[in-house]
Amino acid sequence: MAKKILSIIESAYRATLEEQDDTIVWLTHALKGAGASVDVLLRGNAVNYAVKGQDASGLAFGDKRQTQPPRIDEDVAKLTTKSVRVYVVEEDVTDRGIEGRELIAGLSAVSRTGLSKLFAEYDQVWHW
Amino acid sequence: MAKTLTFALMDPPYEDARSTTALRLIDLALRRGHSVNVFAYEGAVYLPFAKQAPHPNAVHGRDVEQEDHPNPKNWIAALLALARQNGSKLDWVQCGLCVDERGAAEAIEGLRRGSPADLFKFVEESDNTLVIPTR
Repeated sequence: MAKKILSIIESAYRATLEEQDDTIVWLTHALKGAGASVDVLLRGNAVNYAVKGQDASGLAFGDKRQTQPPRIDEDVAKLTTKSVRVYVVEEDVTDRGIEGRELIAGLSAVSRTGLSKLFAEYDQVWHW
Repeated sequence: MAKTLTFALMDPPYEDARSTTALRLIDLALRRGHSVNVFAYEGAVYLPFAKQAPHPNAVHGRDVEQEDHPNPKNWIAALLALARQNGSKLDWVQCGLCVDERGAAEAIEGLRRGSPADLFKFVEESDNTLVIPTR
């Protein structure tokens, strides 16, 4: 049985030009496709990844336009359809004034005080 | 007892101390006889870029030989040699898509191109994994 991995994403909106999404969300999709047992915890500014309806379109320099802008909320939502549990730290959501109705479906909220218990459920915890 | 450790690296050369810290940890693990896997992701694929070149340093008043500045590729080549010398293993995989996006295909000998599937395999065969991410 594959090791259980919890991948914590904290650094948000970096390198989104590379894969035209978040590179760790992308990596999580790839690992899941390879057979990994991996879940995701969004914390800090990365909780904003779970806000639905984000629009990063319109980037252009000179006459070169980005035609496939990042759709990170959709990429995160797709994880939940692949049996990847996506947790959000509820205080980090609240601290940023994000309402629950603004979030994509299928998330699991976890409190800061509940993190250690959550970590104990995994063989490895990665922090990006 | 020898263990197998996996490192996931993301930072490009020189920009911060995390890459140096990673190389220190890898060096220490190899010296203690542990096997090490490295998955170089994003900018870390430039750590072993073959076209890195030393230069003289006019501020120091030294020519290129006197300056004797090891580029990261030299450190990594030395780590590969260390693994061979002491019978441990250093398996360094370059994320292929990251390489392509950066034009970083010209790496030193002894590495290989791979994908997240290699990271998954590394994780499964390792005693633990350390992610050293970009911040």
